[in-house]
This record gives sequence, C-alpha cells and structure tokens, in this order.
Amino acid sequence: MSLSDTSKSGAPYGLTMLYPAFVVLGLVFLLSAPFLGVYPIFLMKVLCFAVMASAFNLMLGYVGLLSFGHAAFFGMGAYVLGHTMKEWGLPPMGGLALATGVAALMGLVFGAIAIRQKGIYFAMITMALGQLVYFICVQAPFTNGEDGIQAIPRGTVLGVLDLRDTLTLYYFVLAIFIFGFLVIYRTVRSPLGQALKGVRENEQRMISLGYPVAQMKVLAFTISAALTGLAGATKAIVFQTATLTDVQWQTSGEAVLMTLIGGIGTLFGPIVGAGIIITIQSRFASMGSWIMVIIGVIFVVCVMAFRKGVVGTLLESGKSGPSASSDT
Amino acid sequence: MTDILGVPLPLLFGQLLIGLINGSFYALLSLGLAVIFGLLNVINFAHGAFYMLGAVVAWLLLTYFGIGYFPALILAPLIVGALGVTLEKTLLSRLYTVDHLYGLLLTFGAALIVEGLFINLLGVSGKPYNTPQVFAGGFNLGFMFLPAYRAWVIVASLLVCFGTWLMIERTKLGSYLRAAVESPELVRAFGIRVPMMMTLTYGFAASLAGLAGVLAAPIYTVSPIMGQSIIITVFAIVVIGGMGSILGSILTGLGVGLIEGLTRLFYPEASSVVVFLLMIVILLTRPHGLFGRS
Repeated sequence: MSLSDTSKSGAPYGLTMLYPAFVVLGLVFLLSAPFLGVYPIFLMKVLCFAVMASAFNLMLGYVGLLSFGHAAFFGMGAYVLGHTMKEWGLPPMGGLALATGVAALMGLVFGAIAIRQKGIYFAMITMALGQLVYFICVQAPFTNGEDGIQAIPRGTVLGVLDLRDTLTLYYFVLAIFIFGFLVIYRTVRSPLGQALKGVRENEQRMISLGYPVAQMKVLAFTISAALTGLAGATKAIVFQTATLTDVQWQTSGEAVLMTLIGGIGTLFGPIVGAGIIITIQSRFASMGSWIMVIIGVIFVVCVMAFRKGVVGTLLESGKSGPSASSDT
Repeated sequence: MTDILGVPLPLLFGQLLIGLINGSFYALLSLGLAVIFGLLNVINFAHGAFYMLGAVVAWLLLTYFGIGYFPALILAPLIVGALGVTLEKTLLSRLYTVDHLYGLLLTFGAALIVEGLFINLLGVSGKPYNTPQVFAGGFNLGFMFLPAYRAWVIVASLLVCFGTWLMIERTKLGSYLRAAVESPELVRAFGIRVPMMMTLTYGFAASLAGLAGVLAAPIYTVSPIMGQSIIITVFAIVVIGGMGSILGSILTGLGVGLIEGLTRLFYPEASSVVVFLLMIVILLTRPHGLFGRS
C-alpha cells in the first residue's frame, strides 16, 4: 500500500555511508556552478522548484497525502512578495518573511479543511481549494489579473547584498534552498516526522496510541505550505514577475511530477526531479504545447514502470544483503 | 414586469436555465466519476479530457466527414468509450495492486497527453458547432423563451442520468455491479468476470462524459481546453455529494448548477468560486458529503 517502498525497506547500508559524500559533491557543484558555465537563472529556477517539490514530498512521501493544490501557496507567495516589495517598498527579507507567513496561514486553513477526508479525497479537495485561490487571484485587484505583477525590484538584503547582481542573487537563492532543505530534513528526523511516518503506515494504530493525528497532519501541511510559499516568493525575486501561471493547477502538477520522477519519500528525489523537469522544459521550450504531451508521457511512464523514481531506484540497486533501517 | 428581489423574472429564469444546463453536464460527469470510483477505486482525472474529446470528435466528424449531430451523438461517445476501454485494459488495470494514488496520477498524465495533442492539432481557440436544424427556434413559456436545443439537452441528459441510475439499481447487471462494489472477491467466486466488468464500467463512464461533450458542443465553443476547468468543479461536486450514492451525485450536480446560476445573477463575482465555498461548508459540517457514507 505504501507509496514509498524505498524508505520503508530502509536505505542500503553501503549507499547510506556514501550519503555525506554525495551531499558534499552536490554542494561543491552548486557552489561552483556559476563558474562552470551553467546559466545561473536556470539553476535558480531549479533551486526554487526543488524547494517546492521537497515541501510537497514532505506531505506525499512522509505523511502519504497527495496535495494537488500546492500551486496556491507557490503563486500566493510570489504575489505577496511582488506586492510588498513593489507597492510597499519592503526589502527582500521582509517580503520573503511575509510571503512565507501568508502561505503558512493558508496551509493551516487548507490543511484544517482538507484533512477531514483522506486518501483520494484529499487530492480532490486540495485541487478544488487551489482552484478557489486561482479564481480569487484572477479577480483580486492586487494581482493585476492577466497582466500579473511585473518588474518587481530585487532590492538589497539587510542593506548589504545587492541582489541586482546575478552572482549575489544566485548565492542568496542557494542559501534559501539550503535553508528549505534543512527545515525538511529536521522535520523528517524529528519526533513529529517519525510519528507522521507512523500515520502513513497505520493511522488507526497511531490514533489508538494517543497521537494527535489530525493536528500533526495540519502542522506538516502548514510547514509544507510555508516552504512552498517561500519557493514561490524566491522565484518572484529571480524572475521579477508574479503571474497567474504560478497559481494554476499545472504548477501543482509539476510539483507532483518532480517528486514522482525523482523518487517519492526520498530526501533528494524531489531535487533531482526538479532538475530533470526544468531541464526538459527549457530544452523543449520552443516546442510550445508539445511540452504538455511530453510531460504527460513522462507521467504515464513513471507511474507504469518507474514508480520508485531516480533516487529510489539508485537506492534499490545499491542494496546488498539485509539492509540497515535508515530513512533517507 | 414582475420582479423578485429586484431581479426581472425572465432574467432569473434565464440564469436558472443556464444553471440547469451546466448542472446536467455536472451530473453526467460526476455520475461517471462516482461509478468508476465505486468499482475501480480510481479518481479519473481524465474525465475532463473525455468530455472534451466528445465535443472535439463531434466537431471533427462534422468538419472532415460531414457526419451530422445525431450520428455524432452515438458515434462520439462510442469512440470515447473505446478509448476509455483501451486505457483501462492496457494501463490502468495494471495499477489496481499498488496504491490508488497511482491510478489518479496515470489518468492525470493521460489527460495531459490527450489535451496537449489536441491543442497542437486545433489550437486553444474555440470552434463553433452549429445547433442542428431540428432544434432551431424554441418555446415561449409565457414567462420566458426556452430555446429548443437547451430543452433537449436538459431532457436528454436527465433521461441518461436516471436511466443509468435505474440500470444500476433495478437490473440484474446493476445488481452484479453493486455486489462487485461491496465485495469483488466474493462476486468473482460466483463466476462473474469482475475485471471485464471494471473495463466496461470505465468505458461506459468515459462514454457518458463523451456524450456530455457532444451535448455541450453547440452551446459552448468546442475547444481542447474545455475539459480542464470543468473537471475541477466536478471534483468539488463529488466531494459535496459524497461518492456513496449514484442518485446523490446526479442531484448534487444539478443542484450545484442551479446555485451557480443564481450566484451569477445576484453576485456575479462569486459565481466561479461558489462551488468551492460550498465544498468547504459541506466539509466542515458533513465531512462525508451530503449523500456519502463514512
């Protein structure tokens, strides 16, 4: 029944030992990437979506709830940042904090409504709530409707870091990415994270053990929504726009696909997935709406034949002998 | 002229009529979703795409083969149904042993493929589909003018909805279906081919969506994206009604259509969100839906 067999069966001992090496390698790559000729804007887009997909995975992979409404947090994060920085003249940190706070509040409300049903209903309810936010954004004055918020100033962080400089912006975004990742890592490893995994495996048992299951789910959803809002706000700084695309259901679908292709319930899967999907999108950008067909085909192939995703499959193939129980 | 709450009567009935028509489409779609969910435990994301396909196939038949409305009313649902059967048989049926969410994700991907293909083929702009000659004109009911085609859409979809309900509740085939929903293993042990039944059920529900698409073609313009937004509304309707009952999903579909119509009249800004607000209210008061079972 479980969506993430990899984390249930535990990571293989050998590969787990190598994890610090992978993390260091990944960090070195990300730190040096702008000097290796990788287009920084592209990388920043990957990092933003990686935060969103990781936050989404916190719900799907570790609680077993599929949210199809994460675009609402992502898009609203972008709008709040755009509005507060452009109209109110807030500095980036203020805009980011407000955007994250608004998304967290929305997550709290969405979560409280959506956890009244579970499983497959949860997906439909979150999607409907996301569509509600979309229609509000279409009509509300602060979003500028179809035009969106354009030319958002990038500003200066704490009066020191001028984000108009692309390299400075890149390292700022990288820092946000690392922050987001650490929050998810801490949440998964915390007593809350362990209890949530218990809910995923056997909810009735956790209830009978006296865990406040409903509150735990809402709390996880709030954390997930807050980080998704942060991701959307960061994206708005990078691209200096906030539009209806950010809040559309297709964006929720992208978070689902990134997690699926990277590996549901793995810490690094959504990051790898974000890299793959953004690469495909920019590679085939000239093909217009064929990209929709390509995304659809990837969805079908992953669901039919590649359910563990890239990272999940790697963990599986590295397995030798009885595996040590560790959650990664 | 008679007014109700400051609204002229013909305007009120006009909006109620539009509401009833939308409600008929909602009913046809949510009925199909409920039947699929009951037997297959799958939320069919491709339902909006099937609805769109019904309309697009009817348009293609007319434009490229000169096949008119009435043959299309039979042909398009059959084609969409055949596509549904193929999807279930080749892909979906392999996912019944894994988490149900994968079925949802598969149909989501399938919907993207179908919609993407037709966007490339036809573009996103709507194509007009003329109302068939037989339905030109309408009836003057005294308090309002009822276009004949709209009357036909309401009558036809209500007949199909309640026909399906009767078939499930009153016939032998329907009793097999209801039994298979309760306990597939037991029904299988009696020698009834449950996998075949699942395939046909999926195909039938897909063709219902296709039929709704053909019926909608002359009212709305035919476009590859026409299924995208309606499916999310239908999801909300399914949550409002709860999926326990076939009749419940039909009635909820019609009711939501009417409420949308009234909202468009009294507070037009909220007409696109009223169904979602309704869903929130229902979730907070009756989490399993109006007709749902816990």
